[in-house]
Amino acid sequence: MPNSSEPIERHTLSVLVDNEPGVLARVIGLFSGRGYNIDSLTVSEVSHEGHLSRITIVTTGTPMVIEQIKNQLDRLVPVHRVRDLTVEASALERELAMVKVRGVGEARGEALRLAEAFRARVIDATRESFVFEITGKSDKIDQFAWLMEPLGLVEVARTGVVAISRGPEAM
Amino acid sequence: MSKQMTGAEMVIQAFADQGVEHIFGYPGGAVLPIYDALFHQNHIEHILVRHEQAAVHSAEGYARSSGKVGVVLVTSGPGATNAVTGLTDALMDSIPIVCITGQVATHLIGNDAFQECDTVGITRPCTKHNYLVRDVNDLARVLHEAFYVAQNGRPGPVVVDIPKDVQFATGTYVGRENIQHKTYRPKLDAEAPQIAAAVEMLAGAKRPIFYTGGGVINSGPEASRILRELARLTGVPVTSTLMGLGAFPAANRQWLGMLGMHGTYEANMAMHGCDVMVCIGARFDDRITGRLDAFAPGSKKIHIDIDPSSINKNVKVDLPIIGDCTRVLADMLAAWKARDLSIDKAALDAWWTQIDRWRGRNCLAYRQSDEIIKPQYAIERLYNLTKDKDVYISTEVGQHQMWAAQFFRFEEPNRWMTSGGLGTMGYGLPAAIGAQKAHPDALCIDIAGEASILMNMQEMSTAVQFDLPVKIFILNNKYMGMVRQWQELLHGARYSHSYSEALPDFVKLADAYGGVGIRCDKPSDLDAAIEEMIAIKRPVIFDCIVDQQENCFPMIPSGRAHNEMILGDMAVDLDEAITDEGKMLV
Repeated sequence: MPNSSEPIERHTLSVLVDNEPGVLARVIGLFSGRGYNIDSLTVSEVSHEGHLSRITIVTTGTPMVIEQIKNQLDRLVPVHRVRDLTVEASALERELAMVKVRGVGEARGEALRLAEAFRARVIDATRESFVFEITGKSDKIDQFAWLMEPLGLVEVARTGVVAISRGPEAM
Repeated sequence: MSKQMTGAEMVIQAFADQGVEHIFGYPGGAVLPIYDALFHQNHIEHILVRHEQAAVHSAEGYARSSGKVGVVLVTSGPGATNAVTGLTDALMDSIPIVCITGQVATHLIGNDAFQECDTVGITRPCTKHNYLVRDVNDLARVLHEAFYVAQNGRPGPVVVDIPKDVQFATGTYVGRENIQHKTYRPKLDAEAPQIAAAVEMLAGAKRPIFYTGGGVINSGPEASRILRELARLTGVPVTSTLMGLGAFPAANRQWLGMLGMHGTYEANMAMHGCDVMVCIGARFDDRITGRLDAFAPGSKKIHIDIDPSSINKNVKVDLPIIGDCTRVLADMLAAWKARDLSIDKAALDAWWTQIDRWRGRNCLAYRQSDEIIKPQYAIERLYNLTKDKDVYISTEVGQHQMWAAQFFRFEEPNRWMTSGGLGTMGYGLPAAIGAQKAHPDALCIDIAGEASILMNMQEMSTAVQFDLPVKIFILNNKYMGMVRQWQELLHGARYSHSYSEALPDFVKLADAYGGVGIRCDKPSDLDAAIEEMIAIKRPVIFDCIVDQQENCFPMIPSGRAHNEMILGDMAVDLDEAITDEGKMLV
């Protein structure tokens, strides 16, 4: 790759696509086929009448590769729009995670206290476990999971990043 | 127009509405309803190939020589998988193809049914777009969209996978006039400020060059015409990629020949030394640029391309212009005239003096022989004896392909069909068949190697069946010549599996297929033999026995820069020629 000395950047892309069979495979196939990175990927229908889905991709690469990724995405036939939220706006990024912690006694109490500090909600509880729901930026969730580790962390399920630009404009 | 009909009838009706006259295909279980619909009509002619890969290559030859969309019809499973090489070839070379594949009935999909494969899954990365049609009422729209997507923007292959029950089902057909694709609208025109910046940059150049590619051909003959006028008006030298040969006439003094790995010395040196490069419909492929960090150092680059993803992919450019070549070139020409611009005459004269010095090396020179036919000589004679005819040339892949590109001279676009991006051996014969179908009275020649031709030899049957008098001109050196050349130069002359053992007798083979075979192994007999070939109005295999040891020069070894070319030993020495490092490689 040319300009390999260029810095690696992390970008969040929002991609509006026709919600049709195979569209996610096209996007993922593009990344794997051309050797691009996917750090996080979320997809869901956002307009039922318009048959539109919104894909949020967090990717890393040199500026030249990031530009390539956007252009390659944009030329897929079912893709309506590609926006680089990292460049075009100071975007809001959030992720939701469910964190299962198993423990009794001291650890159990400590887990609850930390959850409160992180504004995580208890959505399931047994005599020896909790499931917490936590929303926030990815690094906040990383931090929460790391803190839960010595307190009996069992497993984590994360949605991946969703993002939207600030202000009144649509993508 | 909307009308009730079966899915199979819709396919034929959509073809008719799209102006399709010829399709290339091979029947099978999952497309029988469509073949039945074909049987009931007589305005579309079906050319029965002998292998589905060849159906796609034939459609490519048809498309490239005529500017129309090439149409393919194959069955499910192996029919579709066999077509994959052709589809990938068409994607790499941006050729508009619509390929209809049969599929097992919808209730069987995913059950590992007989002759089932995941066609849309397999072809997703090797098509511009593809569709699986599950409802007959979507079929007409999808078919018209397929033609639209295939030929608009950067052209490419589109697959429409139609399950057998959808072919049988009855639904509503809508005509093409009612179909507009939801989102796909390629940008065709550049903005005025970019055009202005481009002509100003060009006018300020001292050592300009036009580097043109297949995009000029794909944009249509008008693009070639405007390119010629712009070149004449500006006095800029022109070089082209393998894909773009014919866009600029080889007879023109401003023509430098092809550039790249086996391009001419003058073209590559001019690319290396230019100060303003205008890349028109080309994509800075690795065979063109050589070592990227040493590519045209110190030049400003303008890149005109219809596909934004081609911009800044391999080479960072100073002025990207997204648009169709015809329109952008027309705008540039108009802007150049309106501003009454010109390039500094003294600088341009000095540039041409330098270029003529490079030309003086005569980089394509080769050692002639009285005993044995040199492959370069064979192409030169073929060119000289056919240049006054209506001739279309296709090639296979390898040394013969490069010699054809170097020694056959093209004056017009759409006359040259070769597998550039994918480099598919076996491309040439079916492509020639497609070109011959589009131009029944023309002289269609596949310049071939004895190894490549065997990859789709069976298409000789197609040529004979459909009275397509294609000429297969084999440069027979009994080696996979390009493999042998690389083994000689880079692998210590260890010729691992590159010798063509047990070759067929091509003259007998031609006879067996019902064509005509000619063999020639003496330079003194060559002209008469070629004349004989031209005169025969049937498919001919011409077995031209050539020097086994000949290598294809000039050559930029991979990973080297444009000014590190290896030249043949007959090229004229020049002090500034190859570096010692370059010589070491030989």
